Amino acid sequence: MNEWIYVALFMIVGAIIPIGAIVAGFIFGPKKPNPIKQSTYECGIEPVGDVWVQFKAQYYIFALVFLVFDVEAVFLFPWAVKLGQLGLYAVVEGIVFISILIVGLVYTWRKGMLEWS
Amino acid sequence: MTPEKIIFLIVAGATLASGLMVVTTRNLIHAALWLVATLFGVAAVFAILNAGFIAVVQIVVYVGAIAILFIFAVMLTRKDMRDSGPQHNKNWWAGALLAVMTFGGLVFLVQSWASLSKAAADIPSGFDAVSQLGNQLTSPNAYVLPFEVASVLLLAAMVGAVYVAFNRK
Amino acid sequence: MNFWTDPLKVAAEWLEGILTGWGMDAIFAHVLVVFLGVLLLITILMVLDIFLVWIERKVVSRFQDRIGPNRVGPYGLIQPFADIIKLIIKEDTTPDGADKVVYNLAPILSMMSVLIVWAVVPIAPVILGTDLNVGVLFLIAAGAIGTLSIIMAGWSSNNKFALIGGFRQVAMMVAFEIPMLTMLLIPTIFAGSMNMNAIIQAQGSIWYFFLSPLGTLIFLIAVIAELGRAPFDLAEGESELVAGYNTEYSGMKFGMFYAGELLHAMTFGGIWGILFFGGYRFFGLEQVSPFLAVLIFLAKALIGYWVIMWVKYTMMRIRIDQMLAFNWMFLTPLSFVLLMVTALANALLAGTSIWVYGIGMFASNIILGWVALEIVRSYSRKEREKLEGPRKVAEAHH
Repeated sequence: MNEWIYVALFMIVGAIIPIGAIVAGFIFGPKKPNPIKQSTYECGIEPVGDVWVQFKAQYYIFALVFLVFDVEAVFLFPWAVKLGQLGLYAVVEGIVFISILIVGLVYTWRKGMLEWS
Repeated sequence: MTPEKIIFLIVAGATLASGLMVVTTRNLIHAALWLVATLFGVAAVFAILNAGFIAVVQIVVYVGAIAILFIFAVMLTRKDMRDSGPQHNKNWWAGALLAVMTFGGLVFLVQSWASLSKAAADIPSGFDAVSQLGNQLTSPNAYVLPFEVASVLLLAAMVGAVYVAFNRK
Repeated sequence: MNFWTDPLKVAAEWLEGILTGWGMDAIFAHVLVVFLGVLLLITILMVLDIFLVWIERKVVSRFQDRIGPNRVGPYGLIQPFADIIKLIIKEDTTPDGADKVVYNLAPILSMMSVLIVWAVVPIAPVILGTDLNVGVLFLIAAGAIGTLSIIMAGWSSNNKFALIGGFRQVAMMVAFEIPMLTMLLIPTIFAGSMNMNAIIQAQGSIWYFFLSPLGTLIFLIAVIAELGRAPFDLAEGESELVAGYNTEYSGMKFGMFYAGELLHAMTFGGIWGILFFGGYRFFGLEQVSPFLAVLIFLAKALIGYWVIMWVKYTMMRIRIDQMLAFNWMFLTPLSFVLLMVTALANALLAGTSIWVYGIGMFASNIILGWVALEIVRSYSRKEREKLEGPRKVAEAHH
């Protein structure tokens, strides 16, 4: 039998429990909405302007660098599993693989993209 | 129908439906979240096929990184995302035609493929896909060169991204 | 095989026997029994979670030289139940302009992302959810859902503070996922498997903490950042962002975020124990009874949780630029170098006795950590001199 069934069951039960708790809160809690209560909470000060604040482009760069390393790590997992049984050449292959990416990190660093300005 | 087939049909249907929502919803963040649902459905299909490693990688890379990247990209734009103009321009029929033709071509190709009707062989017990993959990726007789080239490709992606962002400054 | 050596299997077979006896389909009965098992485990976790509230409050008060909850019940043990009743009877407000569906989905996903981690956590040799052969990566996949829930909460609340807090938190979580993934590779290399149970079994002769002390430390730092706890709690810096992504949540929805964070901390304390401190293993005691193994695992998880709390209540908050610089310019390069050194040492020392291997690994880690710290020290000295000018000679004589 497919072992992912268990994972699916964990997801179902893991969703049911918080839903149950939130529904219980909804049932037992009072419901008296008013415009002031519903307004955005900004420490008691009247909200000014649009919620849509523009974000730094830096966030995007960090996400991109993260994506590259994420994919790299995923490639390294099968390599790591077999490493103990393979010889030194597999280790060297992995080191070359990582070194190439470290070059990328150093390039990003030198261009000043890793600094939060 | 076996239970597996029923589960597959439910998952496939949900994946297609959320894929449709990605292109029809008007709110960009909602579109990104529906995309996450689509990618999640694809991961579930991999899991049904017993390809556990690929399923987990799908979640880690697509939901964990690419979806986040999309949402960050959407947040970078200045415009309010809640409303935008019409969702199609006057070339919509050309796009639709191209999509239908691609789909028809794919159906034709898959139909003429002999292995389509063949049932897949059972996976031998004790078969460890991850360690097989590790063997193939590091063996000089197999895929060691693509493995290293993948690293160069990732390097190129990183350098390109930095270059684009650097020039905009 | 009896109940005391393999309780789950015996109980499951007994239940399945009853169910099939009623004329139920065998597969359906199996799935139903597994469902009940999962429900039992998650219920136990939620009850544990309630007591984690008490533990956290009691420990923080001790760190801050207070007594903590001590009025409701003996040692204040009933206090968390009072807290829960309060959370349930609070009004559940939804701010104007919030995206209702996404707003309500976020706390559910947040809790779920923590609970599904337990699908791969081996609590005892025979008590475990499932034996996935990709267990280690599954942790990261579950974390991806948690990251998503934070973005959803921050965006749907229609609140600037929530949005900024959510984005800070996500930027931090993705940043520290790189050292975390890299450190997950180290037990994978030692054990030759991504299966959590296999990683524990492979620690029979030596805990991986002794083979990779630096890796243990980097993993702990990455976990703390992933949890968003101090010193990395800048996403909910209460003096600037109210409470970060969960600012607008109230009642039980806030409770889900809060309980999820506590359980997440305890879970990752346990995973830290599994990957580097032998999980349910403790000098062969786990062989005596699976129930003893559960207790050992729980003790290690709580010790890991205590270490995370210790860090939280000792350190001050750092700024976002410091956090990102620390990760991308120090922790990420260091973890990659550590991975390469570990892989190389593992190949070079293969075949030697456990003592030579262990001492070699330990020494290589310590040397690497020392070199990294020296580089950072000389860099920070240079930075400081740039800001303050060279240190005066007269001061140095004092």
